[in-house]
Amino acid sequence: MPKPVEATNDFVVKFANVNGSGSASANELFARSILRMGVPIATRNIFPSNIQGLPTWYEVRVSGEGWVGRRGGVDLMLPMNPQTWDKDVASIDPGGYLFHDSSKPLPPSKFRPDINVIGVPLTEMANSRYQNPRDRQLLKNMIYVGALGALLDMEHGEMEKLVGEQYAGKERLIKPNLEALGLGRDYVREHLKNACGLKVRRSDKVGDRIFIDGNDAAALGAVYGGATVAAWYPITPSTSMAEAFGAHCKKLRIDPETKKNRFAIVQSEDELSAIGTVIGAGWNGARAFTATSGPGISLMQEFLGLAYFAEIPAVIFDIQRGGPSTGMPTRTQQSDLKICAYASHGDTKHVLLLPEDPGESFEFAAEAFDLAERLQTPIFVLLDLDIGMNDWLTKPFAWDDTRAYDRGKVMSAEELEAGKEFGRYLDIDGDGIAFRTLPGTHPSKGAYFTRGTSRNRYAKYSEEGADYVDNMQRLLRKFDTAKALVPHPVIKHAQHPTRYGVIYFGSTSAAMGEALVSLAGQGIHVDLMRLRAFPFADEVIEFVNAHDQVFVIEQNRDAQMRMLLVNEGAIDPARFISILHYDGTPITARFITTEIAARLKAFGKPARTKVVS
Amino acid sequence: MTYLTKPKFRHPALEKNDLGFTRRDYEGAISTLCAGCGHDSISAALIQAFYELNIEPHRVAKLSGIGCSSKTPDYFLGQSHGFNSVHGRMPSVLTGANLANRNLIYLGISGDGDSASIGLGQFVHCVRRGVNMVYITENNGVYGLTKGQFSATADRGSKSKAGGTNNDSPIDLVGMALMAGATLVGRSFSGDKGQLVPLIKAAIAHNGPAFIDVISPCVAFNNHPGSTKSFDFVREHNEAVNSLDFIESRAEITVDYAPGSVQDVEQHDGSIIRLHKIHEEYDPTNRVAAMNYLQQHHEKGELATGLLYLDPNPRDMHAFLRTVDTPLNRLGAKELCPGAKALDAINNDYR
Repeated sequence: MPKPVEATNDFVVKFANVNGSGSASANELFARSILRMGVPIATRNIFPSNIQGLPTWYEVRVSGEGWVGRRGGVDLMLPMNPQTWDKDVASIDPGGYLFHDSSKPLPPSKFRPDINVIGVPLTEMANSRYQNPRDRQLLKNMIYVGALGALLDMEHGEMEKLVGEQYAGKERLIKPNLEALGLGRDYVREHLKNACGLKVRRSDKVGDRIFIDGNDAAALGAVYGGATVAAWYPITPSTSMAEAFGAHCKKLRIDPETKKNRFAIVQSEDELSAIGTVIGAGWNGARAFTATSGPGISLMQEFLGLAYFAEIPAVIFDIQRGGPSTGMPTRTQQSDLKICAYASHGDTKHVLLLPEDPGESFEFAAEAFDLAERLQTPIFVLLDLDIGMNDWLTKPFAWDDTRAYDRGKVMSAEELEAGKEFGRYLDIDGDGIAFRTLPGTHPSKGAYFTRGTSRNRYAKYSEEGADYVDNMQRLLRKFDTAKALVPHPVIKHAQHPTRYGVIYFGSTSAAMGEALVSLAGQGIHVDLMRLRAFPFADEVIEFVNAHDQVFVIEQNRDAQMRMLLVNEGAIDPARFISILHYDGTPITARFITTEIAARLKAFGKPARTKVVS
Repeated sequence: MTYLTKPKFRHPALEKNDLGFTRRDYEGAISTLCAGCGHDSISAALIQAFYELNIEPHRVAKLSGIGCSSKTPDYFLGQSHGFNSVHGRMPSVLTGANLANRNLIYLGISGDGDSASIGLGQFVHCVRRGVNMVYITENNGVYGLTKGQFSATADRGSKSKAGGTNNDSPIDLVGMALMAGATLVGRSFSGDKGQLVPLIKAAIAHNGPAFIDVISPCVAFNNHPGSTKSFDFVREHNEAVNSLDFIESRAEITVDYAPGSVQDVEQHDGSIIRLHKIHEEYDPTNRVAAMNYLQQHHEKGELATGLLYLDPNPRDMHAFLRTVDTPLNRLGAKELCPGAKALDAINNDYR
């Protein structure tokens, strides 16, 4: 029997439940209680594409150091789902703990000799106290939360406070929930003193940070960014973004006098219609977006080409999931880079924004609408399921009230009247961006015919080769202009000079920050660059050129970001070493550390093969 | 040839409407369609309708999909913005445009290929959403631009120019529109300007989803014996249920008709649609009866035309969505951005 794990504010608890059993709110109450004790946490929901009856897991990483990525491994497991018991028990780290419902005796073969078993007769307690089957199920969840809190020395008062907040307005539910919490706590105090070496101790490491999921954050960013039209079709994992937009608008976008809506949300009949509506609204001068995932992006291809070629502002939130096809609808990946960057047939290039967490999801969401109108083109904001559907501890949102919306180059009736030359595709400023007019602007000037066919600078239909090339070259100039406007990469140099660089982006950020510290602990020093957008700013290419070897860490099989770097930067592929994690779970610090350390160990003959997790 | 500009010359005595515009001000580029194409007659009817209604051309937005019909917005209302989008997807683009600015008139021009095949879904959903628009299909039962394949509105048994017979059941866009909840539904014939122009005017004045199916023979690929969408066939089988006058709210009503044969329907904006009833039993305000009537006459091989259904008090998408009266595209940061102070309070909700 290995020594029982002992840790304070640094361990992983995992709950295995059946979805639809009411466990989610109980588990979240447990997690939030830790936050209220000032101790940072990172939580992950692992759920099936199903509403009731299939296994679901909830992982809470307690990290006094404030690491918000997934760590990997489990110190304390609560297998409340008999279906997955064996796998759940097997997943516990040696010396870890198994907290289970001991109402029915289980044969020894169901346990492991190298873990510590903590039994609480949850069903028995719930059944003897409650008569109604639904109460028995729901309050059993609260009993285990109370028991768990006591095992980990958590402050019971914080849990009670959260119960009060959670059921505010439904007062009659507060009493039984508090009672159930107490039942669990009392059982542990009486029977299981010192049964667990894992402890939560009050700290001040949470600070002013907030705990929110990326879809909610992006939706709020869209409100702040001035979006008025949303058209969407339900698809996991993006649905909650569209719904959150509606919820925020109902609070923040009602005209105080007329009580009417300063927004319009259309649940479209499919993704094609959703993007069509966004394009129509963008053409007519409203800030519009859609939220979708990979299969939706596949469906939108034709329209995305139109928006690129006809130059219409649009914002697309792609909450990425596992592809291809239906793939893994409830698992995370970064596998839509390629299809978004070069969406539609013909020669196209699109702007991508790559937020690292909910905090940046808010910022980039708001910024996307400025970029879309400035560049008159679709802007993709690429979240993934890990960011979008999990609560993350993130810096509080901030807004500068002096910030004005950039509505881009829109020629007004006054300018037209004054005789300013208007050519819809005429590049006056040399930045590749031409002026547009909105329908209904002027009685006799500035009207034009928008189309997906080739045309000359004055929007007249043309199949002349010279007109076509002129237009395509201008679109390239415009893409070049975008380089300076999109969020620049964040570069962090190692304390010691190094020949090795690491490129990463999006939700990998949390794990990478932590991996950097453990690599440094092993004497491995690397420079970091976090990409935040496509097209790549010049410093991206400079960073690559300044290093002999650059690791590119991605959550997809085909190294799609590496492909973009090689292609757009005209870089020798041999400079890059791919570290790829694509099993649908969020990448961990342990995985990155192990992979980078192993590759570097093998140097002078650097390994260049891909690693599959 | 759209790159040819029409000469600006106009006769000084050319008639003007109340706004001082001549009919020429409602024209567009020169049509590139075949000589004699029914679609050009529809463009002419549109020009006439907008001219007579005294609508400033730039207050109209023209949207279309892909096909011969979808090219026509280039050939009328040259001072209006137009959007030639992608095949079958005009309805969603029009929906978005309408959401952005509720104060313009939205004209969706489509064809049977565009709306009955690839775009059938968008057509129906746009109608059921109650988008305030004039949606016109220029219906010739054939794919003209790709040289004569049957479209989904071609009647079963109808013959193609190349000699083939259509085995598939036709899609009835009028029936679809009625079922999906269009609040003004009409059918007409490109060769019947007297019926078509007032129908278009009524649709423009209508504050809801208005749909007009216009049978428009394709002179190149669907105007031969055996076709059920040829000029001759439509003239022979046209069963007009009514003919109509459109009377603007401010115009004095002077003409008298024999009682019993005339039905006046007042629209929400005060305008009056005066129906000269040809079939006495036909009641255009009864949707279910209209659907029955159409089916019965279709069985007999007759093409019922005229104003087929009208809800005089329609509601539109903006009413359903409770959007503000100011067009959404005119709202700025002041109205849209809740600001830093509100954000502090929001942050607190997430702690």
